[in-house]
Amino acid sequence: MSEITPSQTVGPFFAYGLTPVGRCEWDPNGHYSWKNSVESNLVTPDASGTRIRVVGTVFDADNAPINDCMIEIWQADAQGRYASAQDSRALPNSQFKGFGRSATDKAGLFVFDTIKPGAVPGPGGKEQAPHIVVAIFSRGMLRQVYTRLYFSDEPANAADPVLNLVPAERRGTLIAHKEAGEPPVYRFNVHMQGDSETVFFEV
Amino acid sequence: MALIYPTKSLENFPKHLTPNYKSTVKRSPTRPLMIIPHTLSELTGPVYGHNAVQEGDNDLTRQHAGEPLGERIVVHGQVLDEDRRPVKSALIELWQANACGRYVHNVDQHPAPLDPNFTGAGRTVTDDNGYYKFITVKPGAYPWGNHHNAWRPNHIHFSVFGHSFVSRLVTQMYFPGDYLFPFDPIFNSVTDEKARNRMVASFDLENTVPDWALAFKFDIVLRGREATPLDNDDHH
Repeated sequence: MSEITPSQTVGPFFAYGLTPVGRCEWDPNGHYSWKNSVESNLVTPDASGTRIRVVGTVFDADNAPINDCMIEIWQADAQGRYASAQDSRALPNSQFKGFGRSATDKAGLFVFDTIKPGAVPGPGGKEQAPHIVVAIFSRGMLRQVYTRLYFSDEPANAADPVLNLVPAERRGTLIAHKEAGEPPVYRFNVHMQGDSETVFFEV
Repeated sequence: MALIYPTKSLENFPKHLTPNYKSTVKRSPTRPLMIIPHTLSELTGPVYGHNAVQEGDNDLTRQHAGEPLGERIVVHGQVLDEDRRPVKSALIELWQANACGRYVHNVDQHPAPLDPNFTGAGRTVTDDNGYYKFITVKPGAYPWGNHHNAWRPNHIHFSVFGHSFVSRLVTQMYFPGDYLFPFDPIFNSVTDEKARNRMVASFDLENTVPDWALAFKFDIVLRGREATPLDNDDHH
């Protein structure tokens, strides 16, 4: 057993390295002289399923938007397959990576364009409701926090094995609410602290 | 409950709330994190092959018309998991201040000069042995607003992907013998001395290139899964 390298904060200045193009309003040119490795638009030409937009804001203890956050999302495709060697099932949407990254803008908003994921296998043979794994990095966070985004219009939420581990009164913090629009928008706000503090997972 | 990646290794990580680093006070969860089983969603993770990186992206001294000022260095090492298995084809991204301690980020208003020949961003992908190499200049120390007369030790930010999304790591590489270590709340947020020292690169004379650049070795160890095979229940 070797010994792990500890985490450190992403700090306030990651944008020109990790999210140089996109919601980067800090630079007078709107972008830095570097290119993205990971995009906030996950949609690929071969990806079947429902196109959606995920938007949200991360709030601090004072309910102020955090405008120097980096959000990463990891999700299955519309058939519930992960584009990973650890998922040995067939992958029908071969170009769809299921991974995205967005900085927050000056108002604290993050935006992803993606495909609504399908249900994925869960523990004990139970299926998990469609969900997206969310990791949040920022100045003032010495390690990323993990949460999950579920969809407000999914009846499968009621039987989801992870949601059911969460006390009922806090479950709502993991639900993204559908808003009208084309593509449909799911709003997912994250509260680091306070009465509506989001449920974060130790994974 | 199936915890395929032992959470014990996370004891070496900083606590979310580390009051000496003031920004953590309003940005850290106040309620205990919930432990959940590791499902396929946690055990899988993004795979970024070589298409994310272009030739030369690992050389931060060749991105502009001229060469940056400062002390040219080679930073290299191996990405491993806790079982000492190399993590191959892993995307590594780094960013740093220039030799004067100034970031190109527009929010950085430290009155030290920008270098027109240095952006300070690079990336590479590990080879089959988990090996990576960057060429850059040694970043300078810089002041920050955490407390009176606060200065960050010289450091390079690293972003690394492992076998799964739970082994994702963002960290900072420090330089050996930095006199600012005792005063830096971010470095000292890792309370175990041995764990803290794993963020410090070692000077590497053997790989120092004569008449050209000093070398520093920085191995990165990511969370690994226990050797036990996955229970079938986790897949079906």
